[in-house]
Amino acid sequence: MTDDRATGPGPSSNGAALLEAEGICKAYPGVQANDGVSLRVSEGEVHALLGENGAGKSTLVKIVYGLVRPDGGSMTMRGRPYAPAEPRAARGAGIALVFQHFSLFNALSVAENIALGMETPPPRAELAERIREVSEGYRLALDPFSTVGDLSAGERQRVEIVRCLLQEPKLLIMDEPTSVLTPQEVEALFGTLRKLSSEGTAILYISHKLEEIRSLCSAATVLRRGKVAGICDPREKSAPELAEMMVGQELQPAQRTERAVGDPALEVRGLNLQSRTPFGTSLKEVGFEVRAGEILGIGGVAGNGQDELMGALSGETPVAADTVRAKGEPVGDLEPNGRRRRGLLAAPEERLGHAAAPDMSLTENAVMTGTIRRGLANWGFLDWPAARGFAEEVIGRFDVRTPGPGAAARSLSGGNLQKFVMGREILQDPEILVVSQPTWGLDASAAAAIRQSLIDLAERGAAVVVVSQDLDELMEISDRFAALCEGRLSEAHPTREMTVERIGLLMGGAAGGEAGDAAA
Amino acid sequence: MLRLEMRQQRSRGWTAASPVFAVVATMVAGGILFAALGKSPVEAIRTIFWDPLFSELAWYYRPQLVIKAAPLVLIALGLSLGFRAGIWNIGAEGQYIMGAIFGAGAALAFYPAEHGFIFPLMIAAAIFGGVLWAMIPALLKVRFGTNEILVSLMLVYVAEHVLSSVSFGLLKNPEGYGFPGSRNLQDYPAASNPEIWEGTGIHGGAVTALIAAVGCYILLNRHVLGHQIRLAGQSPRAARFAGVRPGLLTIACLGISGGLAGLAGMFEVAGPSGQINVDFSQGLGFTAIIVAFLGRLHPAGIVLAGFLLALTTVGGEIAQANLGLPSASIKAFQGMLLFFILAMDVLSGYRVRFGGREAS
Repeated sequence: MTDDRATGPGPSSNGAALLEAEGICKAYPGVQANDGVSLRVSEGEVHALLGENGAGKSTLVKIVYGLVRPDGGSMTMRGRPYAPAEPRAARGAGIALVFQHFSLFNALSVAENIALGMETPPPRAELAERIREVSEGYRLALDPFSTVGDLSAGERQRVEIVRCLLQEPKLLIMDEPTSVLTPQEVEALFGTLRKLSSEGTAILYISHKLEEIRSLCSAATVLRRGKVAGICDPREKSAPELAEMMVGQELQPAQRTERAVGDPALEVRGLNLQSRTPFGTSLKEVGFEVRAGEILGIGGVAGNGQDELMGALSGETPVAADTVRAKGEPVGDLEPNGRRRRGLLAAPEERLGHAAAPDMSLTENAVMTGTIRRGLANWGFLDWPAARGFAEEVIGRFDVRTPGPGAAARSLSGGNLQKFVMGREILQDPEILVVSQPTWGLDASAAAAIRQSLIDLAERGAAVVVVSQDLDELMEISDRFAALCEGRLSEAHPTREMTVERIGLLMGGAAGGEAGDAAA
Repeated sequence: MLRLEMRQQRSRGWTAASPVFAVVATMVAGGILFAALGKSPVEAIRTIFWDPLFSELAWYYRPQLVIKAAPLVLIALGLSLGFRAGIWNIGAEGQYIMGAIFGAGAALAFYPAEHGFIFPLMIAAAIFGGVLWAMIPALLKVRFGTNEILVSLMLVYVAEHVLSSVSFGLLKNPEGYGFPGSRNLQDYPAASNPEIWEGTGIHGGAVTALIAAVGCYILLNRHVLGHQIRLAGQSPRAARFAGVRPGLLTIACLGISGGLAGLAGMFEVAGPSGQINVDFSQGLGFTAIIVAFLGRLHPAGIVLAGFLLALTTVGGEIAQANLGLPSASIKAFQGMLLFFILAMDVLSGYRVRFGGREAS
């Protein structure tokens, strides 16, 4: 590496430039996703691309990887002009990308999945040997012949990483790699990335998780609304400073006061539920209790039974009557509306198509769940003025940015729609509210507003269950914490007694030991 | 280059305008078809769309339009509810036949007695027959997850066999000199469905169709069930979350469409057709599918579309008689209409962009 400090003492200039992008612009209908973005990744460095959802990180990555062609700007790779027309060209130039969502076939083996991604796959035995070499060399424990459907999220990610490493890339792009991992798996991944970096592979690490970036990356480009908001060395900045660069304003942490906890509001005992899909997770003997005024956080890596648990709690998948009790009454066999009558409300994870109907107006979406508790129907006939009033109330009280209640749900941004969905349930005055991933994909200020509204709801005496993969969120708002792992729910512990290590072990169950193996 | 770009919101303007464009496109394509058959396209189109309304014989054709439109509208209204919910009843023709058989059977059981209860009984029996036939695909779907498209369609052919069986057997006119077919209900005052106003073509079926259109409008726009129907069609998971029970919705939608189709069959057999016979089935249950889509699955649109389809049917018959167009070409013409309406539908959900500077 040559010492090239021509551009001054910036942290991103302490090595020869591998990839340089200048003035990248890309517009989509209604959004300027990238607006004159510049990026400089040096050889062998771990460079963070930091920004909120919608800041333009993914667009920039897609441009670098040849999935999207920019409207303007230029790139160079090791000084040579670089304008990939398709991902194959990017791979040819030595760039590999590990996607946020895995593109693997569940029914095939690891080796078969990897062979599918190669242009000229070697014979099977040879490929398996190379997979073993790479996975041992980088501590990515992986059996080439196991079926992908049986692997944990962490192991699936290893498949993707090994697939990339077989190409011997010069630049490895990781898009939000830790969102599906336990803390132990995250540590193992970081070990691998540090080793790669020390051997000269540059890594472009995309995330909005500040602590991760501070511990892993030596340079960071911060994006905000499609523009570069700053370039810094994240190790020299505090997490709040980075957050401020990312958001452009100071964030208020959620305010909470000590509150009295009342009688048990929601009790779940011995809940077993067979998954309907072959690669889903069946619930096994799930049990917990939430008292009035309390927030229970349920953590866990995605795909460990969260969807099944949500279905059993919302009433979309009725279960045995006495396995779910609301205020002492058995409600397990009731449909969603029967549970709403008894004060048990839910807000599922997926906003468009589950919590809200995309092509319907906000008024119609308010009717979707609000008919019973807000009295929006008489003898089955809908009271549209009242429904519109309810939608307007949600829009006003929860600061939903939209032209009005007549707008289609689809036309709202993710954050605004989530505010609407949460507001719709909270303004029905639930006695028990179950939410899944309440702030997934939201910008920091919208997420903070929603967390605060959940805390306020608990302070008014409601029992709240938050199912989330965002551990920071659960630590911030929940009173007690439990983790789902392979369909089993751990004991719930007071959140203030939890440490990241303990949470990791709870989330792991088996996966905790497995992450230990990988790190060993 | 041409490409489609999804709209943030469905365009209301295009939703209303696309049927008009579809009709115009059908006229153009149909004109080409008729020209290929060696007929003057302008004259053929004029005969189909203009003559039934404004020629010197229009006094005869106009009531025919009402008579043809009434059953189409009645059936299409029922179908539209299911279509909105994603429940595809393709077998309205079978339900229509069964409604006619049950309705006529109820009346003929009392022949020749004159009682005030006979006509109401026919209505009830016809609805029962239609619902019964629709419940077969409904219950099979709810219980065993069978495909209602296939089951309801196949039941049309079963119904046609039942029709010929009763025409030759159970309901055969004992005084019919051995010819197949039932007694003519037009000659049985207690059971007939005459014109309410002489010379207008407006009979009980037409009045019922209008009442049903208003009822469907209220159901869809003011009632929880209508909201659930629309929700289930747009987003099944959201519907489930909102508390819609898919099984009950399937039964309700197929039941309503079966009942209305059965009712349409009864009004037909008691009125314009007069008797149950092997040729009673005219494919109205299939044409009603076109009517439902042409009317944008909207009650008012369906009333208009019913008249448009009646117009092409009556006009098509004139064209057959006067210009010698084959009847298959009229059916093809109506099929084109459905094709274009579905194709034009894209425009309400998407924007067409010309020129192709595009990535990805």
